[in-house]
Amino acid sequence: MEILTNTVGRKVLMAVTGLFMLFFVIVHLLGNSTIFVGPSALNTYAEKLHSLGPLVWAFRAFMLAMLGVHVLFGVLLTLENWAANPGKYAVNRKLKANFSSETMIWTGALLFAFLVYHLLQFTLRVTPDIIPEAVAKRPGDVYAMVVGSFRHTAISLIYVGAMVVLFLHLKHGIQSFFQSLGWSNDRTLPRFETIGNVLSALFLLGYSAIPILILVGFLTR
Amino acid sequence: MNLNGKCPTGPIEKTWDKHRFDMKLVNPANKRKYKILVVGTGLAGASAAASLAELGYNVEAFCYQDSPRRAHSIAAQGGINASKNYPNDGDSIYRLFYDTVKGGDFRAREADVWRLAQVSSHIIDQCVAQGVPFARDYAGYLDNRSFGGAQVSRTFYARGQTGQQLLLGAYSALSRQIKAGMVKMFPRTEMLDLVLVDGEAKGITVRDLISGEIRCHVGDAVLLCTGGYVNVFYLSTMAMGASVTAIWKAYKKGAFFANPCYTQIHPTCIPQSGDYQSKLTLMSESLRNDGRCWVPKNRGDNRSPNDIPEEDRDYYLERKYPSFGNLAPRDIASRAAKEQCDDGRGVGPGGRGVYLDFRDSIARLGEETIRERYGNLFEMYERITDENGYKVPMRIYPAPHYAMGGLWVDYNLMSNIPGLFVLGEANFSVHGANRLGASALMQGLADGYFVIPYTVAHYLAQTKPGKAKEDHAECRKSIEDVKGSMKKLLSINGRRTVTELMRELGTLMWNNVGMARSKEGLTEVIMKIPGIREEFWQNLRVTGNGAQINQQLENAGRTADFLEFAELLCRDALHRNESCGGHFRVEYQYEDGEAKRDDKNYCYSAAWEFKGVDSEPELHKEPLEFKEVHLAVRSYK
Amino acid sequence: MSGQNEHKTMTLKLIVWRQNGKNGPGRFETYTAREITEHHSFLEMLDVVNEDLIKEGKEPIIFDHDCREGICGVCSQVINGVPHGGQERTTVCQLHMRKFKDGDTIYIEPWRARAFPILKDLMVDRSALDTIIQAGGYTSAHTGGAPDANAIPIPKPDAEYSMDAAECIGCGACVAACPNGAAMLFTGAKVAQLAVLPQGKVEAKERARAMIKAMQECGFGNCTNHYECQAACPKGIHVKFIARLNREYIRALIG
Ligand SMILES: Cc1cc2nc3c(=O)[nH]c(=O)nc-3n(C[C@H](O)[C@H](O)[C@H](O)COP(=O)(O)OP(=O)(O)OC[C@H]3O[C@@H](n4cnc5c(N)ncnc54)[C@H](O)[C@@H]3O)c2cc1C
Ligand code: HEM
Ligand code: HEM
Ligand code: SF4
Ligand code: F3S
Ligand code: FES
Repeated sequence: MEILTNTVGRKVLMAVTGLFMLFFVIVHLLGNSTIFVGPSALNTYAEKLHSLGPLVWAFRAFMLAMLGVHVLFGVLLTLENWAANPGKYAVNRKLKANFSSETMIWTGALLFAFLVYHLLQFTLRVTPDIIPEAVAKRPGDVYAMVVGSFRHTAISLIYVGAMVVLFLHLKHGIQSFFQSLGWSNDRTLPRFETIGNVLSALFLLGYSAIPILILVGFLTR
Repeated sequence: MNLNGKCPTGPIEKTWDKHRFDMKLVNPANKRKYKILVVGTGLAGASAAASLAELGYNVEAFCYQDSPRRAHSIAAQGGINASKNYPNDGDSIYRLFYDTVKGGDFRAREADVWRLAQVSSHIIDQCVAQGVPFARDYAGYLDNRSFGGAQVSRTFYARGQTGQQLLLGAYSALSRQIKAGMVKMFPRTEMLDLVLVDGEAKGITVRDLISGEIRCHVGDAVLLCTGGYVNVFYLSTMAMGASVTAIWKAYKKGAFFANPCYTQIHPTCIPQSGDYQSKLTLMSESLRNDGRCWVPKNRGDNRSPNDIPEEDRDYYLERKYPSFGNLAPRDIASRAAKEQCDDGRGVGPGGRGVYLDFRDSIARLGEETIRERYGNLFEMYERITDENGYKVPMRIYPAPHYAMGGLWVDYNLMSNIPGLFVLGEANFSVHGANRLGASALMQGLADGYFVIPYTVAHYLAQTKPGKAKEDHAECRKSIEDVKGSMKKLLSINGRRTVTELMRELGTLMWNNVGMARSKEGLTEVIMKIPGIREEFWQNLRVTGNGAQINQQLENAGRTADFLEFAELLCRDALHRNESCGGHFRVEYQYEDGEAKRDDKNYCYSAAWEFKGVDSEPELHKEPLEFKEVHLAVRSYK
Repeated sequence: MSGQNEHKTMTLKLIVWRQNGKNGPGRFETYTAREITEHHSFLEMLDVVNEDLIKEGKEPIIFDHDCREGICGVCSQVINGVPHGGQERTTVCQLHMRKFKDGDTIYIEPWRARAFPILKDLMVDRSALDTIIQAGGYTSAHTGGAPDANAIPIPKPDAEYSMDAAECIGCGACVAACPNGAAMLFTGAKVAQLAVLPQGKVEAKERARAMIKAMQECGFGNCTNHYECQAACPKGIHVKFIARLNREYIRALIG
């Protein structure tokens, strides 16, 4: 398969897998936002998802594959790039590259770590000590689980931190997606950059709002 | 001895077709047995190497730059002529032929010029097929402009980078042949000697500019496509590495050097700003369409140009040449500028510049229009001088730009040494005493794409392949000679740098042999040059060694050749007791300053034969006949 | 105007990368450039330093240069961390000393990228760029027999687009600037120039594939869209041509 070894081909795979994960991030944010409607809204939403059974598992397998491919090529490309540019200049001055574009591998790795942690916590629920007793007994009450967790300052901070990382990754990643697939030109590239900035900022705000608001005692019920 | 250009006879419009038929061919199966050495990868060299390789010959190509794409053809801005007559404004092969002969002040062969005009239109076809992005109009057809005062619009262009685009086209064709294994490319390799075997050109000795290795390459024919020599003036519009070396070495091996005194000066260059200056930058002549040239009326007028009132300005071109004014031909405009500066009224650093003022045209047309027409030139001017040409007048000064002279070649582009062909600016052929704007690119590509594939075959068909081997005694001797001179340069260990000595030569040449020449000046220079040569060989300092990259050593070698060549140029200028084209002898002018040609005594090409560095060269004449275009005096008043 | 600044000169501290040969160890050396005027070009400033070095019997700083008018693309120095020095649309040879102040310290380094081995001091080997072109940066039009140039009209916008891409001077600043040492801008520009023209369309797919392959084999990195290349490019070649390269490749994949 040429696409697996070709530098542009690999970027296409990165972009496509990134896009699917981006979709997930959007949908997940929308789903999570039901938390602001109330406990039953979120719980019903969660229940509905779970009731889909095999579809859920198919979806999970697909997303896992996406993540796997994305991570694999992300790491490979980065290693190759490090090898291709051995020397750093004595003076480090950049005209266009920025923190977000230069740290993709690190923000990506942190995202990966976050995902592991996040799944352990909310999907596999193997961190019972911080989740209230009551929640562990009532698996359907996702709302209680989330609210219960975010009352811990540390957990909330971890989440907000992770959201900053997500912001950085996608701020570069979204416009990069259009460029890698060859969809941008001189007119559209600045627009894609704006779209990337706005979307990633929305994710930062939207996702962070949940732990922060819970922490400051907004969602208590 | 009278030389024979071996031009075909008969009706001029049939000459090339007839000649093509008369020439011998090499059997396709035999082509790969021949090896052709191509020195230089500019328009002439790259197009020749690619076309010959495509035909099936083995080609080895050489250039001193790190990539064939960087030959100085890349710097040409304006455009390339062709007799396509797309605009339907009356152009034809005949008109291009006529204009070129006349423009060259009747010092070129008619048959050569005809062929050039004839193949010119194929050049454009060829380049378009290669993907050269020429300018187009809204209908999608090729756009033309008129250039250098031509009355028809026959110039094709690609923004202000025509040379670059044409060269990249030829380079891509060359690259394709390199990939196919038909061309072996040797970049960063400088030719330092020509090797003759039994009187025929069969090899070259080169220095690998990275490793310092001196070695010999042999082949069945040698093509020199090494460009022009006007760096003999030190400051010119040429690249830093451009030199006379390749053709000078060939000259020393017996090739005749023709018309070395025909050099062209370009009027609109950015003036020198100080002694440290290393090169001069050209700005398109089109600027003179809207700019007015002037100098202060009074010497030492130090006011800022905008503070100098109208009555204190001398619009000298308009004053002297009322009908042509600022559009006076290149040589006239150049000499006029020099006169003003010699008179102490020049402006800018060192008083070597004249104003090119856009104030009036901006007032008339608005800054926007001027920006549209010349925006990129104003930008370039500002980058170099830090002055805003819209606000203060630009300063310009003439600079050496092109060499019409070069190695003598016959109609087949072969020099008097069998097997040695010379293409592009390196030969003397089509431009006579003066080259028209946009015609050099045309010539380079005509030679490489459309002439040499036939004429080389004609020569090869009459010679056996592989006559010489790398270990031939002549090769070994040549290698020893080159090594010897390298060693000599490195061992002088004096106090003067190459640049200092080259600058000294250049200044002398520019002041006395540049725009205007006189018997006294030339005689004086001819007396002085051996002194600089002596100083060079006694007091030069080159640090480092020869077994690695050593740019001083490269420059020293080139300078050594310029120091010999300069004398030949002067001798040619001194012998030619007339003014024609780019050669202006102050003694030979009409009252209005127009060049006074002497067709009775000088209607010939002067080909010089080497007789030793300190001996006078021998002159051979090739008489010129004009059957189609009648000898006439140029008039511009 | 004339002469008002002639006597103002600068003294500058240069910290220059010196390296003897391909594998020789490199180091920074400090030099002083004296009597530099604002009209000196950057390379002329180095000429002055070199003349002094030669007179002291030392080896001058080796750097590539030829046309000195911003078109041959051979000059290649990283000045204070930016290839060509960071003045918009300007090559080193066109950079002038008025962009610096008296007393400035200037770091001068060669292009750095795995695919560009250093030959000596500031001179690098960029033949990898030629290798990329040899892989397919051409139309396979052979000499002679081309149809009339006006036989195929080319829409003006396409011709302009092609010319925008064709302005590349092959200097390699894009590679030197790219944090990944990628040659995507250079390669993209050539692919785009030809892909948009009818003459080049015929081989577009093969070309994109072959040139990308050559690029990889030469040891260039992968593009992660930093756009640093465009910012450093002395001809302002736009990264839209990288997108075009990607598009052409995808087209080639899809068939
Ligand atoms: C600034 C400028 C603008 C111009 N504008 C125009 C224009 O608008 N229209 C026009 O028609 N003409 C123009 N000209 C003239 C035209 O560009 C040249 O005459 C023409 O390109 C010369 O091409 P060439 O192939 O003969 O030589 P070049 O392109 O100069 O190539 C010389 C080649 O020889 C090699 N070489 C030289 N010496 C050696 C050696 N000793 N060993 C190995 N290799 C060697 C070099 O590496 C190079 O590859 C312009 C010239 C200049 C300088
Ligand atoms: C404040 C922010 C977030 C909250 C409150 C949150 C909440 C949750 C909850 C409650 C679940 C479990 C759902 C269930 O099992 O029914 C879950 C699952 C998940 N979350 Fe999040 N999440 C947040 C941010 C993120 C982010 C930024 C990502 C990805 C980048 C992410 C990726 C996932 C994934 C992959 C799952 C597993 C989905 C599955 O079960 O198939 N989450 N999240
Ligand atoms: C929620 C998870 C993630 C999302 C939504 C995401 C999204 C994206 C997107 C959209 C791109 C741009 C693709 C392109 O260049 O065209 C991208 C690039 C990249 N991602 Fe991720 N990514 C995620 C996780 C990760 C992880 C876990 C890694 C870790 C290894 C990672 C590493 C990278 C790298 C190295 C790039 C390439 C850099 C670049 O294109 O500039 N990503 N990602
Ligand atoms: S794209 Fe720009 S930076 Fe890269 S080689 Fe071409 S001109 Fe130089
Ligand atoms: S800087 Fe490098 S990462 Fe891509 S956009 Fe330019 S090649
Ligand atoms: S020396 Fe030619 S571009 Fe700088």
